[in-house]
Amino acid sequence: MIVAKRKPLEQIEGFLEGAERVLVVGCGTCVAVCMAGGEKEVEILAEQLRMRAKLAGRRQQIDEVTVTRQCDREYFAPLAACVDQYDLLLSTACGAGVQFLAERFDHKPVLPALNTLFIGVAEGPGVWSQRCTACADCILDQTGGICPMTMCAKNLLNGPCGGTNHGKCEVDGTKDCAWTLIYRRLEKLGRLDLLKKIQLPKDYSVATKPARFTHEAFQKAENQEP
Amino acid sequence: MGVPFRQACQEKKFVITAEIGPPKGTDIEPLIHHIELLKDKVDGLNVTDNQSSVMRVSSMAVCRLILDHGGEPILQLTCRDRNRLALQSELLSAWVLGIRNVLCLTGDYVTVGDHPQAKPVFDLDSVQLLVTVSGMNEGKDLAGNDLQGKTDFFAGAVVTPEADPIEPQIIKFHKKIAAGAQFFQTQAIYDLDNFKRFLDRAQPNGVKLLAGIVLLVSAGMARYMNKNVPGIMVPDHLIDRLASAPKGKAIEMGIQIAGEMIRKIRDEKLCDGVHIMAIGKEERVPDILRTAE
Amino acid sequence: MNDTQASHAAHGAGHELETGKAYEPKVVAYCCTYCAYTAADLAGSMRLSYSPQVRIIKTLCTGKIDALLLLKAFEEGADAVFVAGCNIGDCHFLEGNLRAIQVVAHAKHLLAEIGLEPERLEFFHIPASAGPLFAQRANQMVERAMALGPNPLRFSAHEKYGKKLQREPDSHPALPPARFGRLVTEAEREKGATPVRTPEGTIPGA
Repeated sequence: MIVAKRKPLEQIEGFLEGAERVLVVGCGTCVAVCMAGGEKEVEILAEQLRMRAKLAGRRQQIDEVTVTRQCDREYFAPLAACVDQYDLLLSTACGAGVQFLAERFDHKPVLPALNTLFIGVAEGPGVWSQRCTACADCILDQTGGICPMTMCAKNLLNGPCGGTNHGKCEVDGTKDCAWTLIYRRLEKLGRLDLLKKIQLPKDYSVATKPARFTHEAFQKAENQEP
Repeated sequence: MGVPFRQACQEKKFVITAEIGPPKGTDIEPLIHHIELLKDKVDGLNVTDNQSSVMRVSSMAVCRLILDHGGEPILQLTCRDRNRLALQSELLSAWVLGIRNVLCLTGDYVTVGDHPQAKPVFDLDSVQLLVTVSGMNEGKDLAGNDLQGKTDFFAGAVVTPEADPIEPQIIKFHKKIAAGAQFFQTQAIYDLDNFKRFLDRAQPNGVKLLAGIVLLVSAGMARYMNKNVPGIMVPDHLIDRLASAPKGKAIEMGIQIAGEMIRKIRDEKLCDGVHIMAIGKEERVPDILRTAE
Repeated sequence: MNDTQASHAAHGAGHELETGKAYEPKVVAYCCTYCAYTAADLAGSMRLSYSPQVRIIKTLCTGKIDALLLLKAFEEGADAVFVAGCNIGDCHFLEGNLRAIQVVAHAKHLLAEIGLEPERLEFFHIPASAGPLFAQRANQMVERAMALGPNPLRFSAHEKYGKKLQREPDSHPALPPARFGRLVTEAEREKGATPVRTPEGTIPGA
């Protein structure tokens, strides 16, 4: 899922400068799972901002609402009824959600409370790590289920590089060398032939941004009556 | 040097290359001095490419200066800073300027250098770069387009004999040969028994292999490299020798050690030559060569 | 700091919050039923004397405490807060105290972010038989609150509750309605405040 983390409080407070009425809009999907922008986190963030405002002697009304998610219009559509009462919206969704909300309520500033980090997995309570960079051309079949685009700092396709250090990466000694992991995995699977193959340069054109994808089932169907 | 590096590799029994680093700035006086110092003593002179991700004058420009002064340059080309367009453009430009030898590397990551916030490129890796060079030598670019005039680069790559685990390194070594590498310069070695074992496993038949020799200037440097530089293993007995040298004279011991190693490699015919790396101490390379005689 | 903060500081410096009154810290203690509250009870039976500034709130288990509760305590004007639970391994609900320790650590970080001293908040292990330890910790936190000075948010809390920080001690407000998907406005939040009794009459929630 998408993993994000809350921005520094001073930065968020700076966004609210001059606003008297603020609505914090939470998201109950990915950012709730990674404890960055769900209902509980919205409560705490709003409370912190209220306390900051009081300490600074500012008059600032900070209300909260959490919707199921901000990347589907139907969930934040009901907010239209109350958005006009506020000077700005502070969204705790990932970058996608903030933009969708801003697109809908383009007459109000919509500000991001989080920094969106990566597509990742939960390693344990409170610990998430990156696994995928959404390169649009998955080669996990060639590398035993370990992604070199993401897990190798240099995204090599013919690794390891000369910086591999007893199974660790020279860029960050706490991280494993992805290609050593791939070698061990392919050895275990009996598929070292995949490692001996020269992988040709990646086709980055499939990942040109901003990307758009329509599911086949929703593409125009031709009615073919005989 | 007069004799092209490729020719020296084919004809000579023992080839010697050295390395110089471009300056961080436009003052090339010390650089010219080092070029003049070394150009006639070695068969090829490597020029590093933003080594350790520190921004410097480009390798290609310095290779051209080496040619101007009558030396034989080896262009080092890394994949860190350029996408495939820029890399191919660099290769064509290097050829046009008279550069004939290229060492294809992946390159260090940006965070270890002096512009850690830069965007790393790594559009290609070293194997793919070798494939690219081979293609250009056949008159085609990476997209399959015909070139108006092809190259004939003598292409090389790097291998790390002390890598652990060694198997993936050897697999990659053979991939590089399949991709078109004709010569190799290794990461620094200090243990000849390990090196022999590596050569037995790697079987570098048909390609020229030059053992990497890094000048140790002190016991502290050796320990630092053991701890921080992947693929380098300086054995204790060498560290002790450096430590036992009189104060301020450790570098002389380092030169001694380097010279001995070169002599042994040559006498025992372990490989096709050596590549001397003494960045910052280029002045002392002639002393190493003298010690090795 | 701006003028309002400066006047708060001046208030604090002279330790005069309300006219003529010296600074008396208000310390809130969240005590778990099985250990800390029992210890507080025991301290009472033993006729141990500890600072009257401490208000004890009985919680079933410290595992129930979450960061928002602690932040709200400070927003409402507490000068110091401590959470008291069982020793490690003795929690009646097995892990409640472990969670509380983590929550308190996180809440200290949240307090630091907004500019309140994290030392105002603490977690203590107080076993059921340790009556004197309870008294000691209570006094320790009151001393700490004295040393750190009044909570700068007391002033605004005062304003909200008509100059008195007193609430009905035993009234149990209705469970708050479910919030997910509902807009929670300031008006609704303020409405939830318990009515305050003053000599002049009862002030409904602000």
